[in-house]
Amino acid sequence: MRNPFFDRDIISIKDFSRSELEYLFSLSNRMDSLDREKRRNLGRGKILGLLFFEPSTRTRLSFEAAMLSIGGNVLGFAHPRMSSVEKGENLADTVKTVENYVDVMVLRHPMEGANRFAAEVASKPIINAGSGTEEHPTQAMLDLYTIMKVKGRIDGLNIAIVGDLKYGRTVYSLIYGLSNYRTRIFLVSPPQLRVREEALFNIGDKIKVSEHGDIREIIEDLDVIYATRIQRERFPDPHEYEKVKGSYVIDIDLLKSGKDDCIVMHPLPRVGEIKPEVDNTPRAKYFLQIYLGKVIRATLLASILNPNPYALF
Amino acid sequence: MSKEQLVRKIKEGTVLDHVEQGRALQVLQALNIDGKNGNIVTVAMNVSSKKLRKKDIIKIENRFLKPEETNRIALIAPRATVNLIRDYQVFEKRKVEIPDTFVNVFKCPNPTCISNSNEPVSYIIDAVRKNPPLLRCRYCGRLLSPNELI
Repeated sequence: MRNPFFDRDIISIKDFSRSELEYLFSLSNRMDSLDREKRRNLGRGKILGLLFFEPSTRTRLSFEAAMLSIGGNVLGFAHPRMSSVEKGENLADTVKTVENYVDVMVLRHPMEGANRFAAEVASKPIINAGSGTEEHPTQAMLDLYTIMKVKGRIDGLNIAIVGDLKYGRTVYSLIYGLSNYRTRIFLVSPPQLRVREEALFNIGDKIKVSEHGDIREIIEDLDVIYATRIQRERFPDPHEYEKVKGSYVIDIDLLKSGKDDCIVMHPLPRVGEIKPEVDNTPRAKYFLQIYLGKVIRATLLASILNPNPYALF
Repeated sequence: MSKEQLVRKIKEGTVLDHVEQGRALQVLQALNIDGKNGNIVTVAMNVSSKKLRKKDIIKIENRFLKPEETNRIALIAPRATVNLIRDYQVFEKRKVEIPDTFVNVFKCPNPTCISNSNEPVSYIIDAVRKNPPLLRCRYCGRLLSPNELI
């Protein structure tokens, strides 16, 4: 298959077909086992620009580590206070400036649609590392890759996405990514944090989706639990938050009532959604997600930068 | 004032008839007609109508609006009829149709959409379904009903 990622923007996971995602997963398998020195040839002489208008630990460091692992260099800013944005410079001018110094850019921005707009004004590829509550496509790529690695397949799995489904951008990208597969999705959230209608509209009737208030209703059917953080600030009344937060905590007791091989994932950071007692069980895959995230991003960068990365492996 | 005086014929130009009651000014705004080019623009609001009970009428003299212009008002005045007049006679009559995309007609109502920032960006709203109408902001991806835009 021709490399579908070469010189391409990564704005929404909706822009990628199943076969394109599988190209990435298959190349990531090779990246993971590639000799360290050979890997360093994939990005040699190339520079990644990081434009983070919002805080991030994992995504930023993951991209940085990924670029360094393929032999490239990284520059940029981790907070708008560290750039001319603080002086009032807009996103368009920032992007048009940074693109003179780099080969590819990773952008995180608090406003929805910022990445699509940046891709319009930029002549270098833009990778969306989170745009408001809209999407976080590379998180979904690594989520799908983790499921594929652990379960050996995505088709036929029952997957619950739990927590803040309204504002969690990872949720939207994951739903769109999963809709390329024959999966069954259970959306579990408090009523005030149900998924926005655009998600269900965008996937149409490609896969079966149902909404639930309590994970205990469906726990026995699940192969994957994807937990997300419920943010206290989304609740106007703190009592409402206290009432619902306990219903969405994953602990050993809950997992015991489900399948033995049901895995637990989380995009992190977590704030109490998964009890630490789960961490050391074989079900916990959230730290594996972090590792595979670096692999996927290294592969993605190598594929954006090289017309035929397979030839370099 | 008699109806005849309100709707007196124009010699050349475009008459937008059957505009929803009270929407005439929004229609002018959507068409970017502000009167600054000197042509006479007549607006009649709350005119009696058999079809709509009450309606607005707009007459723009010496300008022949193209379908891509009048389709910009398809959500604001979905039942509007467009009459092109030459020498006091209607030479073309058409309805408005929802276009595939509205550019700079409506603001995205999502305050955290990049189109509502200080960036040099247009408001682009795509029609994802025409009957009944359902729209989507090209940038933030929010689904929007006509009521959220008008």
